[in-house]
Amino acid sequence: MSEAVGQQHPLGVYLKVWGLLFVLSTMSYMVDYFQVQGLWRWTLILIFMFLKAGLIISIFMHLKWERMAVKLMLFIPPISILVLILLMGIEADYVSFSRLTFFKLY
Amino acid sequence: MKTPISTTSTTPQNISNPAGWQEAVADWSGDKQTFDMPWGKIMMWIFLLSDTFIFSIFLTGYMSARMSTTVAWPNPSEVFALTIAGQHLPLILIAIMTFVLISSSGTMVMAVNFGYQRNRKRAFQMMLVTAILGLSFVGMQVFEWTKLIVDEGVRPWSNPMGAAQFGACFFMITGFHGLHVSAGVILLLVFGNKIRRGDYEKKGYGIVEIIGLYWHFVDLVWVFIFALFYLW
Repeated sequence: MSEAVGQQHPLGVYLKVWGLLFVLSTMSYMVDYFQVQGLWRWTLILIFMFLKAGLIISIFMHLKWERMAVKLMLFIPPISILVLILLMGIEADYVSFSRLTFFKLY
Repeated sequence: MKTPISTTSTTPQNISNPAGWQEAVADWSGDKQTFDMPWGKIMMWIFLLSDTFIFSIFLTGYMSARMSTTVAWPNPSEVFALTIAGQHLPLILIAIMTFVLISSSGTMVMAVNFGYQRNRKRAFQMMLVTAILGLSFVGMQVFEWTKLIVDEGVRPWSNPMGAAQFGACFFMITGFHGLHVSAGVILLLVFGNKIRRGDYEKKGYGIVEIIGLYWHFVDLVWVFIFALFYLW
């Protein structure tokens, strides 16, 4: 292992992102603390979640500075997860419908 | 049929310094190692990709169970509420756990930075702090599980608050994440000690970055669990 390929970046970037992650976590906790409900709750939760995930992946895990080949390796396979989520969503919706229609117990 | 060969993409300039998609094509088609990184690092990335699938499948299973049950899902905001100094605070323990894990990600990044500066004493100290924060996270999780199992009677097959699937989803997802944190703590302590001894003086400190990748991934998974399980 040579050190030439290592990821070295100024400390300031990390500290800024660290601070930002704290702010975003506080904000997502506030969503619950103030009991925001309905569509707003889900929208805010997802926005804060994706912002935090993006910051951790791109800055803390240095993916922003990695080569395109690495990014493709990491982002193309999870598309199949999105397909799974879609399929399971449809399936769960159907199970819920049939339980309500035919059983009303579970 | 003859097709004219485009020369725009094969100019020496583009070969020596390609960007974006052309860079990826050059990396895959060139007579060289595809991924320009130490093998330990690429193996960690591939492991994390597979781990992404495991956690995604758990969370998708949870989504399935929660969407299809006709019984009301227990309200996590209330289930995980604590009364501290007479004040009823919703989800407070989970919020503290989130902050602890984010702090540990910050100290881990510092450790990687100190490693590349070849400051092995500082790198070790930061890894130790990260491990301690990770341990306190696991400690709080033990407290949370005990409270739920002993005081509130939550079981994988039933609970007094609502939909029976709640327990199975909760123990499976947070349990697996907790195991990851525990494994990370062991990794940090073992390799932190090696670094303190100077085992990596010759090899270089790329190992800290690899452990860092794992640790940040564990934090990343928590971001999703926090949003989708606790806040939803």
